[in-house]
Amino acid sequence: MSSNNDSIGKTLTVTILLCVICSVVVSAAAVLLKPKQVANRELDRKSNILAAAGISDASKSVDELFAQIETRYVDLDSGKFVDEPVANYNATKAAKDPELGHPVPRSEDIASIKYQANVMPVYIVRDSANDLEKVILPVHGYGLWSTLYGFLALEGDLNTVVGLGFYSHAETPGLGGEVDNPAWKALWPGKEVYGEDKTDPEIRLIKGSVGAETPDAEHKVDGLSGATLTSNGVTHLLQYWMGENGYAPFLNNLRAGEA
Amino acid sequence: MSTTKDVLTTPILKNNPIALQILGICSALAVTSNLATAFVMSLAVISVTAFSNFFVSLIRNHIPGSIRIIVQMTIIASLVIVVDQILKAFAYEISKQLSVFVGLIITNCIVMGRAEAFAMKNPPIQSFFDGVGNGLGYGLVLMFVGFFRELFGSGSLFGIEILPLVNNGGWYQGNGMLLLPPSAFFLIGLFIWGVRTLRKEQVEKPEYTMYPNTKKGAA
Repeated sequence: MSSNNDSIGKTLTVTILLCVICSVVVSAAAVLLKPKQVANRELDRKSNILAAAGISDASKSVDELFAQIETRYVDLDSGKFVDEPVANYNATKAAKDPELGHPVPRSEDIASIKYQANVMPVYIVRDSANDLEKVILPVHGYGLWSTLYGFLALEGDLNTVVGLGFYSHAETPGLGGEVDNPAWKALWPGKEVYGEDKTDPEIRLIKGSVGAETPDAEHKVDGLSGATLTSNGVTHLLQYWMGENGYAPFLNNLRAGEA
Repeated sequence: MSTTKDVLTTPILKNNPIALQILGICSALAVTSNLATAFVMSLAVISVTAFSNFFVSLIRNHIPGSIRIIVQMTIIASLVIVVDQILKAFAYEISKQLSVFVGLIITNCIVMGRAEAFAMKNPPIQSFFDGVGNGLGYGLVLMFVGFFRELFGSGSLFGIEILPLVNNGGWYQGNGMLLLPPSAFFLIGLFIWGVRTLRKEQVEKPEYTMYPNTKKGAA
């Protein structure tokens, strides 16, 4: 039996059989588990949006809570609402698609994102009188090691921060990874993104902490200690996405009631 | 022929794959910053070593010698992909934290080492338990390292706060170095030292000894 194991015929037979069996097993696992994985990703995204908006209710499921949130799509250039460009639109994938995205010129690319989608999803919460209560905007940009993906939620005045949360990053645990620290996240609510000029965001992280004497304290948040580059990354990504290449035209339209 | 119990228990302390054979260190550094990930990673490695040993042993008499490593790799890689898919479906949060390291079980020397050294020569059931045993040995070190890194690095165990951190208004200043991968080197080193102090037979003989200085007045 083992004497002819090394014959060409036997080698080929074993190889082919093994490959067929293994590929069947692997593809079966991938196909059978796919719906559950997609549902997980979707649930993760929704719960991050809810967390940024500060909506939580232990008695309700994420899907129930998410039902009050309206998903819209915005063309960043014109700042107007548009229809979903393609079914199951994914802004991260669209950024690199020549039809749906464009490269960001290096001089303007402060957040080092390289490519940007033309259309971004935004999430809107309305109060009982159908007035704008919160707007949740996806943001991302490069920190020290990785791209940070997160959501920034604004009050109905489109200036006051409700919350900022990142759902995906690979910054150093204990240093840059402290972007996930609830104590740091608690510094964000109430901060103001813009000053007088509504296209030039003022919000930034500073070295050290913001005290009573800090000038313009409403636009400043404590930097993360030991994580200057991650802190700069967070400042840059907010400045980029809240600036004229990001959501500023849309927010201005919304403020004027024309979006 | 050794009994199933021996096969299962020797790799845990007596012949621990990390502590004695110094295999599989890379992932032990990466996933041990907290216990939850270390635990899930251990389970993943246990199931992969056990089943890869089982399947390799099942077809061991039909594997042509010239392609045996590739055959083992194919089986291991398929199992790892299945484990990764299962984690993504049923433990999404943890699988996000483990990220690429589940995929990297393929390159974990323990899995391949056991397939080649044990499963190629022993019957399937024995091989299966050998895989479980080696996985347990790996898991033991992971849990040991994860315990100290999480307790003294983030002041918690399995995410439950034990030492309240200064950052969250407590008194304990977390040791930042323990959260970084190199700290696992020190902990694994201490673990090996501990095991070898208890079991002197594991101490390797020095490869050479200094020849005594014979020249008079040379010093």
